[in-house]
Amino acid sequence: MDHDNNTPATVALELQGLTRRHPGVTALDSVDLTLMRGEVHALAGENGAGKSSLIKILCGADRPDAGRMRLFGEAYAPQTPLAAMRAGIRVVHQELHMLGELSVAENLLFERLPRTRLGLLDRAAMDRRARELLALVGLDELSPATRVGTLGMAQQQLLEIAKALSNQRGGAARIVIMDEPTATLTPRETDRLLAIIRKLRDDGVTVVFVSHHLQELFEVCDRVTVLRNGRHVATQPMAGTSTGELVRLMVGRELVERPARVAPALDAARPAALRVEGLRHAGRREAPPIDFSLRYGEIVGLAGLVGSGRTETLRAIFGADRAAAGRILRDEQPVRIASPRDALAHGICLVTENRKEEGLVLDMPIRANLSLARLGAVSRGGLLSAEAENAAARRMAGELQIRLASIAQPVRQLSGGNQQKVVLGKWLLRDPKVLLLDEPTRGVDVGAKAEIHALLERMAAQGMAVLVVSSDLRELIGLCDRMLVMSRGVLVGELPRAQFDEEAILAMAYREYLVRPQEAA
Amino acid sequence: MQAMNLTSSSTPAAASMGDRAALVLREAGIGLALLVLLGVFALLSPIFLTAGNITNIFTQISINVILAVGMTFVILIGGIDLSVGSVMAFCAVVAGTVLKLDGLDPALAIALALAASIAVGAVCGLVNGAVSAWWSIPSFIVTLGMLNIARGAALQWTQARSIYEFPDAFNNFGSATLLGVPAIFLVALALVLAGWFVLNRTVFGRLVYAIGNNEEAVRLAGHSVRFYKIAAFVICGAAVGVGAVIYMTRLTIASPISGIGFELNAIAAVIIGGTSLSGGRGSIIGTLLGACIIGVLANGLILIGMSDFLRQMVTGFVIILAVVLDVLRARLAQRAAR
Repeated sequence: MDHDNNTPATVALELQGLTRRHPGVTALDSVDLTLMRGEVHALAGENGAGKSSLIKILCGADRPDAGRMRLFGEAYAPQTPLAAMRAGIRVVHQELHMLGELSVAENLLFERLPRTRLGLLDRAAMDRRARELLALVGLDELSPATRVGTLGMAQQQLLEIAKALSNQRGGAARIVIMDEPTATLTPRETDRLLAIIRKLRDDGVTVVFVSHHLQELFEVCDRVTVLRNGRHVATQPMAGTSTGELVRLMVGRELVERPARVAPALDAARPAALRVEGLRHAGRREAPPIDFSLRYGEIVGLAGLVGSGRTETLRAIFGADRAAAGRILRDEQPVRIASPRDALAHGICLVTENRKEEGLVLDMPIRANLSLARLGAVSRGGLLSAEAENAAARRMAGELQIRLASIAQPVRQLSGGNQQKVVLGKWLLRDPKVLLLDEPTRGVDVGAKAEIHALLERMAAQGMAVLVVSSDLRELIGLCDRMLVMSRGVLVGELPRAQFDEEAILAMAYREYLVRPQEAA
Repeated sequence: MQAMNLTSSSTPAAASMGDRAALVLREAGIGLALLVLLGVFALLSPIFLTAGNITNIFTQISINVILAVGMTFVILIGGIDLSVGSVMAFCAVVAGTVLKLDGLDPALAIALALAASIAVGAVCGLVNGAVSAWWSIPSFIVTLGMLNIARGAALQWTQARSIYEFPDAFNNFGSATLLGVPAIFLVALALVLAGWFVLNRTVFGRLVYAIGNNEEAVRLAGHSVRFYKIAAFVICGAAVGVGAVIYMTRLTIASPISGIGFELNAIAAVIIGGTSLSGGRGSIIGTLLGACIIGVLANGLILIGMSDFLRQMVTGFVIILAVVLDVLRARLAQRAAR
């Protein structure tokens, strides 16, 4: 490719009417997008706006249902990630894919290791090429022989970028997509990354930049495209855009339907069902400790971006992971929670975000899944009672309106919504006092979603304390009495229902990502 | 055949037929295979179906059934126990030593020997389970170590000598029969029933299956996964202790070099019986049928005059065939579910 910057702007990639439907949800709805050669283009949007779906299609991991793409004027329809790579489209993923036991050089050149005429590894060539790539990302001082496993997350992230830039599998990189590349970087390393991005742009490479850190978008991007609910909302120059405007574009202005929710009659004399004091997560020592409380009969939302510490908070309360510091109080009495078993003993249950991995035993019958957390109630002296188990399972299936053929059916055969109801039923059989839910309606159809909401309201009305994490802000606004907002590990605010405002909540959720923390001296 | 395919492809009837076929394959496939095997050998050899030979087969498979019952627990929770044969030899020499203690009443000596054997087996299982569960070390590696430790311990204990001249009551048990059924096979059957009961009727059994399927879900439901993993190995070890004593009644000696390779036969019985090596799926009845298939195959092939070497090859083929059939069954079931 040429390095002449004086040529008139060339279109690098053009998307027309790109559509991708999943059962029950349209991930991308007729999206148009034009990327110019040598520009840094920000891709912004809330969780679930369609950014990931778009990236998957661009890098050949998924195929659109409709629409067409043109890459430098030629039809582009990659069937595999390899095809996308050959066409010069590279992705730096959020997760690291380094082979820890191999050297830096081997990792960088893994796809096309240089060989001598005898077919042996050409160590000299490997070393030379690796050094060139390392220089590109400012890691000149790093020896290509270093074992990758000994490097920190940030350096590995930079290696991922170097690898994406290498000439492996055919042509040079023409479009580089960076999906949250700064998540693990320190401010200094972020600066270095932004410098690399500018250099790439000057070399004529197109960079697509995805980041929660809006400040970074403003620093490095030329234009921004905002997606919302799978639709293209706007594409405009970064220069004329304000932070507030960007947030507004991401949220949208349409009014949120707020079903009437009767405010719970909270008994001020009653102790708080749950109080969290000075909670700190192992991986976020720099963030201030978290304090909040939860009253009986109340549904509280925990809003924030993915990765802002919402899930960690729930899991810490439930004792699911080790190494969180802080105090948990139940009815104002301190309790020790070192494992899920302790949490359950204190009447705390957690509906985890991944029902298939953490919530269900997929190949076992519905009834066995429902009774799993309360086997004592369906057994006597260690012997299972089929009658007791069947009765409990039927009661829960009825109460939650789980649509099933038989309670002996493997839970795998149920739809997502009904599977989620089984998870809820498992905990409700324990009659929890405090119910924590992480994305309780993710991957659940609209009907089941409404049923789950109604169920939670019913439970709260009966006196249960409910804490809900959701990436669907509208869901939280409709459901909750009070909202806690987290941003980058910090509990940034709390709002009563009367002050719920999507824009305000989202601004709070982005707050800690707007400031660039100072490098620790 | 072709016409059938043309008419039935992708119709609802085809799907339900696939479903039913998968169900039949899963529920009765192993039993059916055993019946076919019995029929074939009955046709090929006039001696095969005689009472004497059937008793013979029961006697031959008893030890493997006992070991395989314990192995089923370990494989169901997603582990494996390679130390079974060596631990059995160690149990045997300890039991043999107890039997030879001076001045003991024979009945008491036998009871103590059995208790000692079970205790040694259970302790070995405890070590296997505790080390692998506590530090999350694959049980393959831990039990491989135990395989050497227990064998060495058995040889060291006896200075590589066998122990013999046990009480008559003890030695006679190995060849005793009740209504033509070998007593040792009745012991094996009793363990099968006990294993079936624990796995199907108790909270413990429920959690063994659940852990094999999804350990994390069980942990988050408030159960101690470690406890159940360790317990499965202890059960396996205790079964080995029983097997060791039963084996001694057959041989009338306790040898430190007995039981070599027995773990592989037990694993083969469990796998042929349809239990998944990744855990969570399988049954004790399947294991019993698996052990029967191995035993019938060995016996029948001898009767039709096949050489030792060829027999070993055939057994190997059967193990692979069983797993391939199981994979095909799973695919069929998956297609039917779609």
